[in-house]
Amino acid sequence: MSLRPTTVTSYAECSARQRLALLLDAGSFHEWLPPAERVTSPHLAQLGLPCAFDDGVAVGRAALEGRSVFVAAQEGAFMGGGVGEVHGAKLVGMLRRAVRDRPDAVLLLAESGGVRLHEGNAGLIAVSEVMRALLDVRASGMPVVVLIGGANGCFGGMGIVAACADHIVMSDVGRHAMSGPEVIEASGGVEEFDARDRSLVWRTTGGKHRYLLGDCDQLVDDDVQAFRAAATRALDQRRPLTLTALEAEHRLLSARLAAAHDEADAFELWRRLGITHPEQVPDRSVRDIGVWVASRRKEVA
Amino acid sequence: MSMAPGVDVLDFELPGSKAVAAFEPILVGVVGSGNLEVLLEPQSTPTCRFQVETSARGFGAIWEAVVRDFQQRHSLSGVQVSIHDMGATPAVVALRLAQAIAELPRAQP
Amino acid sequence: MNWRELCRALFGDRHDVTEDDELLRGSAHFDGDLLDVLGTTGHAAIGYAMALRQARAVLDTIATHPGRTIVLLIDTQGQRLRRHDELLGIHRAMAHLGSAIDLARRRGHRVLGLVYDQALSGGFITTGLLADACHALPNAEIRVMRLPAMARVTKLPQELLERLSVANPVFAPGVENYLRMGGLASLWQGDLAQALRRSLAELPTEDRRAQDGAERGGRRLAAATVQRILDAA
Repeated sequence: MSLRPTTVTSYAECSARQRLALLLDAGSFHEWLPPAERVTSPHLAQLGLPCAFDDGVAVGRAALEGRSVFVAAQEGAFMGGGVGEVHGAKLVGMLRRAVRDRPDAVLLLAESGGVRLHEGNAGLIAVSEVMRALLDVRASGMPVVVLIGGANGCFGGMGIVAACADHIVMSDVGRHAMSGPEVIEASGGVEEFDARDRSLVWRTTGGKHRYLLGDCDQLVDDDVQAFRAAATRALDQRRPLTLTALEAEHRLLSARLAAAHDEADAFELWRRLGITHPEQVPDRSVRDIGVWVASRRKEVA
Repeated sequence: MSMAPGVDVLDFELPGSKAVAAFEPILVGVVGSGNLEVLLEPQSTPTCRFQVETSARGFGAIWEAVVRDFQQRHSLSGVQVSIHDMGATPAVVALRLAQAIAELPRAQP
Repeated sequence: MNWRELCRALFGDRHDVTEDDELLRGSAHFDGDLLDVLGTTGHAAIGYAMALRQARAVLDTIATHPGRTIVLLIDTQGQRLRRHDELLGIHRAMAHLGSAIDLARRRGHRVLGLVYDQALSGGFITTGLLADACHALPNAEIRVMRLPAMARVTKLPQELLERLSVANPVFAPGVENYLRMGGLASLWQGDLAQALRRSLAELPTEDRRAQDGAERGGRRLAAATVQRILDAA
């Protein structure tokens, strides 16, 4: 028997629509307000920018391993995945529809810089409406699963929104944070954050760091099928938002602050987590990191 | 040619002879820097209609040449081509158009 | 108006709100009820630690003052811009704060936000914008980002943004625009205690902001787009 290597499709290099086509059950995606309906941004032309037929996000219902899901996929190549009035409303509509129609889960393929600055105030309000609608979905008993693996990462207001999910899957290519490195460098100088130091950027905000810290639940390779498998595993992993859960989260986040109050950098943080050779983390495979974390969780349990 | 504030909006309509079987709208490409999206839809007249919305202003003559060249090659009938462009080169435009029509059902005999 | 003057105008001397390193906390008597007051001052930058401090206050209210209304007094320059906060996961700390406020609402606490000075971006998303309703004083400032920074990031000319800011609610920074777009429920004019009374009485239970934006003409598409998705096949 000869072993043929399976072709890996890079999740990062796919467009939002390609991700949907490859990640969901074949042909199962039914889109609401598809491109031909031309629900586009009313705010971009005055800035000399073309709009997109779907305003940078595709939403609809689909199946994942036969389970019903409502899904949204943000197109990072359009306006950096930024949330404008229409884009935000499509997300809110999908989330509100989930509360009404009760799919098994909601899936968000997030790739966004946050508020679409070109739509300023409308984008800011929209992001908070998305956040409220997402929390409504969770409160009504369905898990919200976020996938982060695009080249633009998930930042700004969308970074906060994504952190409100039950379950986050990241690839090592993905990044999840609040302010982008360029914004921090512009404000605090290159000594504060050298945005061109890719290695620094990824160990501050990238998937491996987030996974080691426990900010994401699964770390996968940059592979659409790996994201599919991870999303499937996540479908039944609800985390009810109770006072007990929030108190536990508060203890965790407070302990983290106490453990790192001295401005320790990523390597030092990882060392304190028990990694003996933190400088090797950037070169370690996703699989190795997964094995290490799993063994630690067994120790702690 | 209409001038929306900030972007150029260009319309062309050229006669065509090759009808296509009914099809669902086809979308290729994304509106990123140096890129474009192309939406194909059926329409009822025996022509190919093009509407281009582009942030790269003043290239009407080049778009016209691209569109004429395309229609000379493909002679589509009953098709609407809608484009949102953010400064793609003619080569990239031609590529996206080719990708789009590759997804059309085969023409009627 | 600073926070002391604001609290005096709202509650007279019937409150014990104090400031501790830019965090405002306390309780107030108002119309025969006790309210919990939480907020920031000094145009506080909301970093990881400050997000947690605010979350702690909200969780304490949920745990120890069941049913009590929470009034958020907002004055922030937005999220703290430090690499260390990103390393620790400021986005998660902010999500935690937002989740705490959301839980408070679901547990029967009414939550009212008031921007009394500044509210920028992330610092605003997870507090005032998650309240049942957010109001503002007429000379407060609400923004996503100041124009020079916005011009740098978007690579659009600052003059263009300034020109659009004059009339276009999407860019103009004034609280009137947030009102028109539905982001704010009202501006508090005149007797502030009366405005608080009215605002508490009118607190909605659902997110009305897209509706308000449509009715007031500042955001014409949001509510309609949401409805179209609900109605789609």
